[in-house]
Amino acid sequence: MSDSGTGDQTKAEAGKKNKYDYTNGPPPLEINMKWCKACNICIALCPKEVFEPNRDGKPIIARPENCTQCTICWVHCPDLAITSNYK
Amino acid sequence: MTTATKNKKSQKSSVILDYLRPNKGMPSVWCAGCGNGIVMTAIIRAVDNLGLSKDEVVMASGIGCSSRMPMYLDFSALHTTHGRSLAFATGVKFARPELKVIDITGDGDALAIGGNHFIHACRRNIDITAILINNNIYGMTGGQGSPTTPSGAFSTTTPYGNSEKHFDPCSLAKAAGASFVARTTVYHATQMDTIIQKAISHRGFSLVEVISNCHTYYGRLNRMGDAVAMLNDFKNRAVPLAKSKKMTEEEMVGKFAIGVLHQEEKTEFCDVYQSVVDKVKGGK
Repeated sequence: MSDSGTGDQTKAEAGKKNKYDYTNGPPPLEINMKWCKACNICIALCPKEVFEPNRDGKPIIARPENCTQCTICWVHCPDLAITSNYK
Repeated sequence: MTTATKNKKSQKSSVILDYLRPNKGMPSVWCAGCGNGIVMTAIIRAVDNLGLSKDEVVMASGIGCSSRMPMYLDFSALHTTHGRSLAFATGVKFARPELKVIDITGDGDALAIGGNHFIHACRRNIDITAILINNNIYGMTGGQGSPTTPSGAFSTTTPYGNSEKHFDPCSLAKAAGASFVARTTVYHATQMDTIIQKAISHRGFSLVEVISNCHTYYGRLNRMGDAVAMLNDFKNRAVPLAKSKKMTEEEMVGKFAIGVLHQEEKTEFCDVYQSVVDKVKGGK
């Protein structure tokens, strides 16, 4: 077991080594706020904490650079409110 | 990258929106976080990955929350009487054997009101894909206890805990003669679409039991929390089939196996009937 300091470091490095680069383009996800019912599933299940709730409880993309295109958010969206434009 | 795209064909979720009926009132009528929507997207992904056209697929449903699904999907749809969706689906399959018939049903719809039709569809082994969305309660009518409400669980008709034993739909279907039986949960949504693909491709009666969440009634009455808490509960209680075989009965208490539980090759009803027709016509 390594100490917590190095663990955080490797985590940060892993975050930097995200193979998807979003510096030139918009984030790959779109949220249809008209269809969203604020069920909180995408916010809770996202492993990279990309979403934050707004004041209505609906998700906004707070950290687009963390997205690894794992498809968990739109696969679990019961209202088809999240759409992706993955290449 | 090529292998990744091979495994996940429907990477662009805009494909999913093409399968919705235009002007049919999305957002859906379901509660926020209801598992029915997750099952709906899984069905769309399965149909899209199989490359079926919209006209090749027929969806039949009975009455209940889950049975609202064919109204949103742009397939040929049949919204039938309570519990009788499998009887109607049998008729469709019998008349047009080349179509893929998917039957959407809930736990009360399939096992209580339509229990008779359910076991006889299993017995005939007709090529229908039945997707049973099991949320352990009658959600639409106000949270009454259903045949799958577990012993001791609370519902509006069992305010002191359910004293009845509950049905296991998978064991029931297997015993009645279904040739493909699988169980999955709404948490395991990517597994769900591969299982639904296998079920649609399988020739014979295939049952896919999807454990779903009704946090509005079942979750509230049994203090299980909101949709996210119930999804995480499925994650903790679901055990893959290979692992469950190694576990003892005491370890499996409160848990359930997921995956393809039973699959066999059996004579299919339409084939048998066609051979009878050929025989009679040849005899004339």
